Amino acid sequence: MLAGGQSLVPMLKLRFASPEMLVDINNIAGLGYHDVDPDGTIRVGALCRHADLERSTLLAAKQPTMAAAAPLIADPIVRNRGTLVGSLCHADPQGDWASVVTALGGYVVAKGSRGQRNIPVAQFVSGPFQNTLAIDEIAIEAVIPAPKGTASGGYLKLERRVGDFATAGVALALETSGGSVTRAGIGLTGVGSSTIDATDAAQALVGGPLTPSKIQQAADLAAQAARPRTDHRGSAEFKRHIIHTFVVRLLDRAVESADRAA
Amino acid sequence: MTSYFEEISPAAPDTVPLRRVTLTLNGQQRVAEIEPRLLLAHLLRSGFKLTGTHTGCDTTNCGACTVLFDGQPVKSCTMLAVQADGHDVLTVEGLATSSELHPIQEGFKDAHGLQCGFCTPGMMLTAKALLEQNPNPTEDEVRWALSGNLCRCTGYQNIVKAVLWAADKMTKE
Repeated sequence: MLAGGQSLVPMLKLRFASPEMLVDINNIAGLGYHDVDPDGTIRVGALCRHADLERSTLLAAKQPTMAAAAPLIADPIVRNRGTLVGSLCHADPQGDWASVVTALGGYVVAKGSRGQRNIPVAQFVSGPFQNTLAIDEIAIEAVIPAPKGTASGGYLKLERRVGDFATAGVALALETSGGSVTRAGIGLTGVGSSTIDATDAAQALVGGPLTPSKIQQAADLAAQAARPRTDHRGSAEFKRHIIHTFVVRLLDRAVESADRAA
Repeated sequence: MTSYFEEISPAAPDTVPLRRVTLTLNGQQRVAEIEPRLLLAHLLRSGFKLTGTHTGCDTTNCGACTVLFDGQPVKSCTMLAVQADGHDVLTVEGLATSSELHPIQEGFKDAHGLQCGFCTPGMMLTAKALLEQNPNPTEDEVRWALSGNLCRCTGYQNIVKAVLWAADKMTKE
């Protein structure tokens, strides 16, 4: 299935993928949208490009984690073609959007000859370059549920240069109400054989305000959840350290922006 | 009509499915009969003999093969040529008129924005899309927009200057 093709075409050229048939969905009208429902649910169509999300005033106003991630995807030219839904389907352990959508508790809408179903992204990505779509299904939309309270958070990515895959990345999504964290999600990029949902780390933040000790605890748990491997981008120890640092940095920023808003 | 069958010569055997594509290339309607697996970069270079589009890395990194697809910079080595059917493609050959360079080309000449010239077509087309969206970019905005185009000679200084030179000239015109 070919949407933006910015991962699949390189895979074809390298003979990592050799499908018997390739279906290009680019001529299907009406899939390029990203929208917000009246209740705050965000929907991203299968042909919505990274560049649309990067320029989106909607995300800038409503969804800080996605707004932070969009300009960090690949490089500006790739962003003109590549799509968020395609990234989720590609399920690269170093893909940024899977971490972001995981942190946000989002899901993929799959449509097939037997109807339509919602697949939480944590179940959608089943391993490196593997998703749980059936053979007769296509992913038509990614959905981010409406936040209960105020949404905050961000995305940090260490890359050797623009357009490189993440050495390590952290997506943070928080929902706060009356100064108390009601929901937290942390997704880790590039430090395991697939996207890591750091649920223990996120859970440590829920209930009450963000305190320095909670922030440290969450960072420790996220670093423990990471399963990095030493490679040309850095040692496992270095990547784990980056995860820790990024969690602290994102949470410190969340505290600062909440203080400014108060 | 251009027929182009990559690695299959002189004509494609019956077993290879062929597709006819019609595209607007540098302002002119062109038709080609091609294999569905053909990359856009290869159709441009080998089919239409427009060799200004360079293939550098062939891995979606370097941006030398950048063309404008419906006005947006895309890496033509990472698109199938059949996807251009019904679309508008601009290559570096479409920048100048027969008598005049495009201001961006003048900028690259004036500010010495190239050395070996390999990345230049991609740089100029990315710059064109930037200046259409943002006629008065800051240096940072130019650097950000060009961050998908790699240059191994210049250290980017003069490329950025060339784009700013062109922005200045185009806003004065």
